[in-house]
Amino acid sequence: MAFLRAFGRWLPERIVNNLEVGGKVGADETWIRNVSGIDERRYADPQDRVPDMAARAGANCLENAGMKPAELSMVMVASGSAEHAFPGPASETAKLLGCGDIPAIDVPMASAGSLFAMSLASRLTEALGPILVIGAEKMSRIICREPLERGVVPLFGDGAGACLVDPERGPAAIVDSVLSSDGSFADDLQLDPDRPLQMNGRSVILQASRKIPAAINAVLDKNSVTHSEVGVFLLHQANQNLIVRVAEAVGVEAARFFSNIHRFGNTSSASMLIAASEWAETCGFRPNVPVVFAAFGAGFHWGALLARGT
Amino acid sequence: MDRQPKIIELIRIVSKKDVRPASDESLFDSGILDSFALADLVAALEKSFGIRIPDSDLNPRKFDTVERIAEYLDTRS
Repeated sequence: MAFLRAFGRWLPERIVNNLEVGGKVGADETWIRNVSGIDERRYADPQDRVPDMAARAGANCLENAGMKPAELSMVMVASGSAEHAFPGPASETAKLLGCGDIPAIDVPMASAGSLFAMSLASRLTEALGPILVIGAEKMSRIICREPLERGVVPLFGDGAGACLVDPERGPAAIVDSVLSSDGSFADDLQLDPDRPLQMNGRSVILQASRKIPAAINAVLDKNSVTHSEVGVFLLHQANQNLIVRVAEAVGVEAARFFSNIHRFGNTSSASMLIAASEWAETCGFRPNVPVVFAAFGAGFHWGALLARGT
Repeated sequence: MDRQPKIIELIRIVSKKDVRPASDESLFDSGILDSFALADLVAALEKSFGIRIPDSDLNPRKFDTVERIAEYLDTRS
């Protein structure tokens, strides 16, 4: 078995509102709000690197779980904005956490990385022991590259989220997950070294608005769970309009899709775990009530994970 | 079969705009369709023409003008 034992997060203190970010790209505050649902996002300080952010979220998660770093069997860090092509941030994150020499694995996937890592951890934890999954992104480092794009810069923020996958206990059990990848559209969301983020927003939205609902429906159907039974849907926070679109597509009121994108923007692979961390603090798992996680990102990679309160 | 009048009707519905785009007018550059309206248009095309558009065909360029949409639908019939 695999359990979700705890969540954690770290967000920079600096709040960047739509007025400030819109001024850089000639975008109106209201336009940004209307096209994305975002009011503000956080930017990390120049000295904060992805491993630093990841370690802070990981430490918060371990604290929430009451677990010591030495008890972990593995650390996985998902990031699409890490400072180096190699080494990725995982090994330094584990070092900063004080995990000793346990394996630390990078999942260099933007947006869907933490979902893929959670799924992998759920399949490994019984054999290995507790696994700390972290998504950490410093998108402000990427989106500042010239030329600044009006359709890109306002969307993204910095942050890190974490969850602890445990083989023995936790407030929810991971029931199943479905993961998919299709490289046909790899050019539509791409980041090359020292180049601006390349995003074909139309293609991303078109694909995501079909693939996320399909993944959610697949994991629910596979496990004979109905949409009405699900307590909350915790999605990658890409765009509020997309979240509403996904809710409509699966036939569920949008209010059952937790959203904090208005405060943090799109923090890529960190966003779903940041959302889960906030949701767990304010609501949390209830016995036997299913919860669905879902994400979509560059690759394209997408999927959904089903958990159930214990 | 001339599908263009029906396509234009669907564009007017999903865009919520009283428009009549020329057959070769870019629906994106003209501001008639945004990313989300495009997703709605694809769903409306599927329903109206009784087809399933596979994800692999969801290239926005195929849906950029009324003409291109009609050409794509011809390949699906």
